[in-house]
Amino acid sequence: MAEVNWTILSIFVVLFGFITWLGFVSARWRRGDLDMLHEWGLGGRRFGTVVAWFLIGGDLYTAYTFVAVPALAYGAGAVAFFAVPYTILIYPLLFIAFPRMWQVCHRHGYITAADFVRGRFGNRWLALAITLSGLVATLPYIALQLVGLEVIIGGMGISGTGWVSEVPLIIAFVILAAFTYTSGLRAPASIAIVKDLLIYLTAFAAIIVIPVELGGFGKIFAAVPSAKLLLATPPANSFGSYSAYATLALGSALALFLYPHSMTGILSANSAHAVRRNAAMLPAYSLMLGLLTLLGFFVIAAGIDKLPEFSPGFAQFKANFAAPAILLWAFPSWFVGIAFAAIGIGALVPAAIMSIASANLYTRNIHREFINPAISGRDEAQIAKWVSLIVKFGALVFVLFLPLQYAIQLQLLGGIWIIQTFPAVILGLFTRKLNDWALLCGWAVGTVLGTWMAAVNNFSATYPLTIGGWGFPGYAALYTVILNFLVALVLTPVFAAMASKPPVDETTAADYVH
Amino acid sequence: MEGRSHTGWYVVLLLFCVLVLWVPLYNRAEPSFIGLPFFYWFQLLLVLVGAALTAIIYFATEKK
Repeated sequence: MAEVNWTILSIFVVLFGFITWLGFVSARWRRGDLDMLHEWGLGGRRFGTVVAWFLIGGDLYTAYTFVAVPALAYGAGAVAFFAVPYTILIYPLLFIAFPRMWQVCHRHGYITAADFVRGRFGNRWLALAITLSGLVATLPYIALQLVGLEVIIGGMGISGTGWVSEVPLIIAFVILAAFTYTSGLRAPASIAIVKDLLIYLTAFAAIIVIPVELGGFGKIFAAVPSAKLLLATPPANSFGSYSAYATLALGSALALFLYPHSMTGILSANSAHAVRRNAAMLPAYSLMLGLLTLLGFFVIAAGIDKLPEFSPGFAQFKANFAAPAILLWAFPSWFVGIAFAAIGIGALVPAAIMSIASANLYTRNIHREFINPAISGRDEAQIAKWVSLIVKFGALVFVLFLPLQYAIQLQLLGGIWIIQTFPAVILGLFTRKLNDWALLCGWAVGTVLGTWMAAVNNFSATYPLTIGGWGFPGYAALYTVILNFLVALVLTPVFAAMASKPPVDETTAADYVH
Repeated sequence: MEGRSHTGWYVVLLLFCVLVLWVPLYNRAEPSFIGLPFFYWFQLLLVLVGAALTAIIYFATEKK
């Protein structure tokens, strides 16, 4: 690999040092008793509209996104732009469903989706299913954040053999683990503000400077092969790339807010109104993501992958090197330092929130529910802190010792698994009519079938569904969650007829009104 | 209940979602805008439309 670029590295290290300091002093920000789980794990539900905007934005639009989506545009072309309709569709859902979620969680002290399901349906096994989906979907996601970080470290020319090459990643990991342990959710909240400002700076500089250097968008897109420019026209008797594109966008959108880290971000807001306002303000991040996706096409137009100085990077990181490479190509070293720091820190924010969310889930919905119901508030917070460390350590081991392909495949499966909680969690916000055991059956059917669909299809996100001679290639997660809902619907009267007691529900209609 | 009076707005949001998912509508290169093919600038425009729509509905439905 190329030599270490000391200017980039110095700026990167200085900014990293700054956010490390910030992470630790955040413990004192909007001070609360960090020995209580809702203070450590939800920031005391104290974040107003603006801080929540930075926190949720920094949480959802991860470093891996900023590396992987331009990489997909570079490698596969137009299909990568599904990230745009995907991140458009999440906001009507956020606007309609999540103020209710915030309200009911606030009334009853719920801190996870599984807490809500436990209270709403009074079924600990359904709540356990929601918990397990959340945990297994989140763990590979944390690992992918570290992969994003690894690409950036590689982009600075840091390389080595064996153990030495992993030292920067391990340092970043230790920093992350330490400030999450001491400050809880306040750390990623304050760091997100710095990181998002840097990311916006990078995105707007890139979208203005690089097209000028390349002679305008017209010239850039003229250089993109026609197969990558638009989606392929579907063949006869199939919806082809159209159904694939639309179902990927819709399925991903339905899944996103079910991830535990999304829930943690939303519940940390200080009111349902802050959540509603954010549904109108967060699309700014979607616009930025859309613009950053175009970086993949800039790489094609500039022919950067053919340049000898970037070939080792592309050889090592494949398409994932596209975004770092175009930044290295277009900007002076000092600015690349800022941009790389933005993406690198962008890995730590979601990784911190994901580990906190997993810790909240384990502590509340496994430990307190099944192991020690009499646990004190102080012990609850302490266990969560330890679990957040264990989860991050697991992700690090994953990245260091297993092939990258496993993390990507598991993250794909994670989307399929987490979406299966939609009927219980989201529909549950609006109705208690579905039976809890029927929901559990639907969840099981969706999870098993979705996993099978992905496995037989070589871990491709789209499944070649055929109905009545028509092909509907599409996202397995969306197809299986529809089936999941139908199973729950059909079995509801069956279980209701067998039930000896009336359904339990500790929430009332008034609890949801904001 | 807050839901009943807002149904009309929710239908508008639903129609907007259908528009976003109507891929054949925007899978074309022309007309281009500042060199961006239609496929790209139209979807970026939809981001702004979605945000504006949500903001309008927010102000229309927020309790004083």
